[in-house]
Amino acid sequence: MTAKKLVIVHAGMSETSSTAMLVGRIASAVAKAGVEHGVEIATRVVSVRELLPELPAALGSQHFGPGFSSAIDALREADALVVASPVYKAQPSGALNAFLQVLDDDLVQGLPTIVAATAGTKRHALVADTDMRALLTYMRALVVPTALFATADDWADGALPARVDRAAGELALLMQSGFAESVRGGASGRYRHDFGSARTEDSPIELDTDLMRIAAGGAPARKA
Amino acid sequence: MQFGLMSVSDVTRDPTTTATPSEAERIKSMVRIGVAAEEAGLDVFAVGEHHNPPFVSSSPTTLLAHIAAMTERIILSTSTTLITTNDPVRIAEEYAMLQHLADGRMDLMLGRGNTGPVYPWFGQNGAQSLQLALENYNLLHELWRKDVVDWEGSFRTPLQGFTSTPRPLDGVAPFVWHGSIRTPEIAEQAAFYGNGYFANHIFWPTHHFKRLIDFYRQRFEHYGHGTRKQAIVGLGGQTFIAKTSQEAHAQFRPYFNEAPVYGHGPTLEEFENSTPLTVGSPQEVIDKTLTFREHFGDYQRQLFLIDHAGLPEKTVLEQIELLGNEVVPTLRKELDARREDGVADAPTHAGRVAAQYGDAAPREFRPGANRGDNLVGPSPYLEPETAAV
Repeated sequence: MTAKKLVIVHAGMSETSSTAMLVGRIASAVAKAGVEHGVEIATRVVSVRELLPELPAALGSQHFGPGFSSAIDALREADALVVASPVYKAQPSGALNAFLQVLDDDLVQGLPTIVAATAGTKRHALVADTDMRALLTYMRALVVPTALFATADDWADGALPARVDRAAGELALLMQSGFAESVRGGASGRYRHDFGSARTEDSPIELDTDLMRIAAGGAPARKA
Repeated sequence: MQFGLMSVSDVTRDPTTTATPSEAERIKSMVRIGVAAEEAGLDVFAVGEHHNPPFVSSSPTTLLAHIAAMTERIILSTSTTLITTNDPVRIAEEYAMLQHLADGRMDLMLGRGNTGPVYPWFGQNGAQSLQLALENYNLLHELWRKDVVDWEGSFRTPLQGFTSTPRPLDGVAPFVWHGSIRTPEIAEQAAFYGNGYFANHIFWPTHHFKRLIDFYRQRFEHYGHGTRKQAIVGLGGQTFIAKTSQEAHAQFRPYFNEAPVYGHGPTLEEFENSTPLTVGSPQEVIDKTLTFREHFGDYQRQLFLIDHAGLPEKTVLEQIELLGNEVVPTLRKELDARREDGVADAPTHAGRVAAQYGDAAPREFRPGANRGDNLVGPSPYLEPETAAV
């Protein structure tokens, strides 16, 4: 059995950040849940902090440095995803949003995903559900029902590991189901892909489309 | 192989002096740049089309016709003509007129444009820009090849019995390049018609374009226009040349750093590493340009962007001399020596006339007497229509 690839993207900004701590808990829980569901899991961590020097070129001109290219390769090959961020000013880290915004729209399509946030106050509790879930949903990731959130107090509370286990179980179940492979493989033609996206750069160019027929001198589609 | 310049016609503040040319100054400067390109031995001068400041070139055929009148040899072209927001009938008419005035020394490159609001400004829907581009070209192609056109499409008013005048010079349509950086449909259209394909190779790494050019070559062969090697490919590029690499970087860096399209993003060095931009000595420009052939195969036209980002006219004219005297002669020699057999010649009007008529005289267009409409009879012209290229 080849291991399924779990990619963890996190925007923790210090050593050791509470976001990195939460991510560590999630990785262990997913590995454990994988064993229960018969899924072997190999984990790769992408720290957005380490990509910050490459961010201006990526944001300004879509030029990807070696770190971005390597992260994109990892996401293209991923079977599941964890996205985690500290909360600043009632929003996920700008660095995380910037990282996700420069990716091709179809890069994480269909990937079972856990969203997780950390903050200094409980008042940010819905950021993972309202902001991060919405962004990942736009990118057609499949965000698991349980979103994770932790403040400093949660590290003394047994409810956090229980929630982490619940989310990890949901992720492992989705990984076991083959949903991502099905969406990203055979049924991929039902989704829009921009030419040259990291996901499709090895796929043949589709010729059987209305636009290709017009390109080849065909009659334009009639107005309804 | 043709070498030339492509200008986007931006009016940009010179960051080293903070002086901004007026539109009047920039327009006249572009004319001098076009003339200087011919004097330096370059083959092509192309200008873009934009409909918003800080660009001045909204009406390329007017500018190009003026430069045509001041030159004798250089081919005038566009980079690009907007096939989306212009009525294809007006493109057919205006560029045919330019073709006559320039004695055939013109062609054009079609593009979709890069400013969102240009679509609503011209009454179009940007969400449909690709379909608009494809359909508009299908009509343009027909307008230059059929004396009388009946047409109905999704966008413009239907045409019945319409003749686009003047007819193309010698009955040979202007050569068309389809410009695209990430749209397979545009490459497909270029291949279907046997037209040229141009990759404005400026902003992104080479591998983005390689796939589209390979696709275009393969489809060109598929549609029976010749072998893959005979497909007609053009590439963009950009350079800043000085005697030494250090000098070139020192001179160009302030312009790069403040340029509206590059500044405040990747560093100059990053941009040089990941795109065709070459800042350096003539030999460095030669070496990097020769790598384009290795990536894309033998090609027919290389255009360089050099008059932009607020560079003063004096500097641009020096760049043209360096390009014309110290870079292009070597590139011609090296590329001639490396060119494989069976590669297409670069398109010229004379070459296209010869392809269409052989040794026969080209068709001339004399409207029939007292012809009030195009709806009766096969053609409003006295000489019959022949099969067009």
